[in-house]
Amino acid sequence: MGAGHGHRLFFHGHSPIHGAPAHLKLVALVVFMLLVVATPHRWWMAFGGFLLVLLTVIAVSRVPPLHIVRRMVVEVPFVLFAVLMPFISTGPRVEVLGVSVSEPGLVAAGVFLAKATLGVMASLTLASTTEPVDLLRGLRTLRMPDQIVQIMSFMIRYLDVVTDELRRMVVGMRSRGCDPRSPRHWPALARTLGALFIRSYERGERVHLAMLSRGYDGTMPETSPR
Amino acid sequence: MHVPDGFLDAPTSIATGVVAVAGVAVALRGARKELDDRTAPLAGLVATFVFAAQMINFPVAGGTSGHLLGGVLAAVLAGPWTAVLCISVVLLVQSLLMADGGVTALGTNITLMGLVGVAAGWLVFKGLVAVLPRTRASVPPAAALAALVSVPAAALAFTVLFAIGGTAPVETGTVLTAMVAWHVVIGIGEAVITALVVGAVVASRPDLVHGARHLSSAEHLEIRKAVA
Repeated sequence: MGAGHGHRLFFHGHSPIHGAPAHLKLVALVVFMLLVVATPHRWWMAFGGFLLVLLTVIAVSRVPPLHIVRRMVVEVPFVLFAVLMPFISTGPRVEVLGVSVSEPGLVAAGVFLAKATLGVMASLTLASTTEPVDLLRGLRTLRMPDQIVQIMSFMIRYLDVVTDELRRMVVGMRSRGCDPRSPRHWPALARTLGALFIRSYERGERVHLAMLSRGYDGTMPETSPR
Repeated sequence: MHVPDGFLDAPTSIATGVVAVAGVAVALRGARKELDDRTAPLAGLVATFVFAAQMINFPVAGGTSGHLLGGVLAAVLAGPWTAVLCISVVLLVQSLLMADGGVTALGTNITLMGLVGVAAGWLVFKGLVAVLPRTRASVPPAAALAALVSVPAAALAFTVLFAIGGTAPVETGTVLTAMVAWHVVIGIGEAVITALVVGAVVASRPDLVHGARHLSSAEHLEIRKAVA
């Protein structure tokens, strides 16, 4: 229970990267990733350069590399796909370790892995050095529609509350001998999710009423930066 | 299902980004009609619910697992426009705060799961509700079929994008077969869970189910004489 400071990827620090305005970091991330994605195949040197830039930023941010590396597991499904790519691709075949694979497929898999890894590392760097509040302020500065920023701020604010609620419900299910993963117990799981939806919706209604009583008129008041 | 960076080329990523921005802009107008000034708090909490529901994995085949996408679930429960907003915000938060789904692929992901998934599912749902008997019992099966269609529809849209801007020389036919076959399996899980959850909410709070709203007007309060 209880929301901690920041989110699960955030790493507290006081580096120049932590202190940089969030909207600049967002723009930098998107521009950097567009460059990475637009880099043609076989420009391996360019990918080395991108990696060097990224490692420099991480070093300056003083986020421990292990913090980043451990969270790169989100990439695993795509690594599996990249391993498959040389086998299912078309084009001239080459022998690698005695197995015949598609040569363009092999290159594509390498390039894709490089790009996806850079993407995950870059996003993790942003997430590790930016608090959600600052991120929301940055998005607002970048003219993201106010409604979207508000919805996102509610989501971030209540993420821990709702996921903890679900976790408690699942603990309750398990203690009654229920395995939420097994299709056999899906009806029980569905009732749990149904209850969670009703609780979330009603919480939304209560929050809305509480906001109205404090003068909410559809727009959020500007909060001063820390 | 979350497309990472570098899977599609830059022009395709930018084009889907434009589509996503346009779609979300239309959804913002629509959601105002669905929820008026409650849009932000309610859509925010529904988005949180979708995110929480996605945390539960179900086994698919061969030791892998899938999770709920929740597009149709959100659309039937809260309305299609709100669902587009919720899924988009979930994807935005996942890509920015959890590094799940590439930043340059955000437009692609919103287009596939938010726009195509919800639109295809909602059309099927509306079509079925119009055909099926006007009772609450027909809402969960309609939601199930809508969910079943929505997942392969998104996979099909992905295949089209991959044929246009894919970065690997894989034949479109191979991608199509793999994507659609795989996502039909995931779609079945999605369908069962969506129907069960919708059924559970319809049973206790039918007034909250947007997709069953057309039924509440048909039910009149009637005063009956007590028998003896």
